[in-house]
Amino acid sequence: MNDSHFAAKKRLDSIMTALFRFGAYFAVVLLIAFVGYVMGEGCRYLTGDMLSFSEKGLGNQFFNTLYLVFLSLIFSAIGGIPAGVYLAEYAHKGHLVKWVRMAVETLSSLPSIVVGLFGYLVFIVMTHSEWNMLAGALTVSILMLPLLTSVTEDALRTLPESYRLSSYGLGASKWQTVLHVLLPAAFPRIMTGLIMAAGRGFGEAAALMFTAGMSTDIHWDDWDLSSPSCPLNPLRPSETLTLHIWALRTEALEANANEQAAACSAILMILVVSFSLIARYMSYRIDKKMGGN
Amino acid sequence: MALTTTTYGYTKEHSGEARPVSADAAAADSGSLTFEIKHMDLFYGDHHALKDVSMDVRTHEITALIGPSGCGKSTFLKSLNRMNDLVENCRITGDIRFEGKDIFREVDLLALRTRVGMVFQQPTPFPKSIFENVAYGPRLQGISNKGQLSEIVEQSLRQAACWDEMKDRLNQSALGLSGGQQQRLCIARTLAARPSVILMDEPTSALDPISTQKIEDLALELKEKYTIIIVTHNMQQAKRISDKTAFFLLGELIEFDDTVKMFTDPSNPKTEEYITGRFG
Repeated sequence: MNDSHFAAKKRLDSIMTALFRFGAYFAVVLLIAFVGYVMGEGCRYLTGDMLSFSEKGLGNQFFNTLYLVFLSLIFSAIGGIPAGVYLAEYAHKGHLVKWVRMAVETLSSLPSIVVGLFGYLVFIVMTHSEWNMLAGALTVSILMLPLLTSVTEDALRTLPESYRLSSYGLGASKWQTVLHVLLPAAFPRIMTGLIMAAGRGFGEAAALMFTAGMSTDIHWDDWDLSSPSCPLNPLRPSETLTLHIWALRTEALEANANEQAAACSAILMILVVSFSLIARYMSYRIDKKMGGN
Repeated sequence: MALTTTTYGYTKEHSGEARPVSADAAAADSGSLTFEIKHMDLFYGDHHALKDVSMDVRTHEITALIGPSGCGKSTFLKSLNRMNDLVENCRITGDIRFEGKDIFREVDLLALRTRVGMVFQQPTPFPKSIFENVAYGPRLQGISNKGQLSEIVEQSLRQAACWDEMKDRLNQSALGLSGGQQQRLCIARTLAARPSVILMDEPTSALDPISTQKIEDLALELKEKYTIIIVTHNMQQAKRISDKTAFFLLGELIEFDDTVKMFTDPSNPKTEEYITGRFG
């Protein structure tokens, strides 16, 4: 072994380090460039009109997006979290569990357009109803379900066995252990799962096209839940921001459709980024409170 | 054994109660038997882990279980509150009686674990506040009154000698405590569930000497009100704190006697070899 041999090793080392560093920073640069472009374009065309909650504005679509994601989070949490708890805590190793897990994995890789058509068939055609937010939320929750199931399962599995033993040792039943020890301890990770699921919901378009509908007609002075123009009525057509962008870029007849689409994208971007930041902060606070620092 | 018969009568009168008998009530029958184990065998699948173990555990005594690693002493301990039920393929035959009752047939599993508390080798606080850790047992038993819980928490922390250092940080996470503090908190948590027996599975093996001494002092104090069974690797510890010592080897109970007798004049040559440090 001579000096040049070591020099060559060191050179290769620094080349590889640079390569990895480039890979890591590339993602950051890409994100900044992307967000910057969308925000720049969007803000250029953003007018006061667009921010209003009227027929001309994007406020209604903004509200629909939030409301729809909220509903689908509830549906998927009701289905997904118990499923994850079952797989992690109750199920014994066996054929049935293998099938359940395979079903969850397959569900998570379904293309959203296929799920959208399924939602259309089941929630619209079979129920003989019009486009509505409930159908949209249920369809999106099918997409969120596998994510929440596996996040919940993983979160519980990574908890130390000592939590379970100590709880049983104090005379707790299985349900008391799950409810009072395991779920609270897994909460920050389940929360992260909910954020990821929400992110998916905010960005979803294909699954909503045939379910939530491409129009919205809300009157902010109408608070009769059964009325089709009541904002809180989930059984009304409810175009979201993503659907609005799609509609503007494909079939809008207005002259400034592209500008409107750019503004709409910017609003969607602000929504997603601020939601993610708030949720991260909340989960950080909870983590800190439980971690004793 | 006249005393034993009285114990049976006492226990039977109070049987079927969901609420555990308080430590004070249990103190009334000092000198009686808390556990009677007869011809107990334990199998993990095909592995015969405990062989024909028979032993009586007296109330308000500290019984130490010693022996080399893998001798079955922890397995034996975990059978007493049926924690081995959680182990797949674990099968127990023979007779284990807690206060005269068969723990597999006559005592409800959850009631047994309430009456027979356990402290583990590693401190195992829940990721909750100090208060909530201690209040966990009482809450499981349906106590939700804040004043009553505060009282139990204070009492238990005092008993476990941690009230003074923890009273100002009850709402902080238990995970922020040192290892020794965490272990004493776990003892307080066990006491809060109002057990009459405390099983300790090498409670000091993860602690420094000062924390170890605190736990040992605590055990000696708690013996007034509780029956304690402690597994230990440390023979000096067994000698310092226990009244009775049981020596396990390869799944067999080799010798069980007064600690003083065992450490000065063991009857079995294997016991002598072990306590004089010739193996283990």
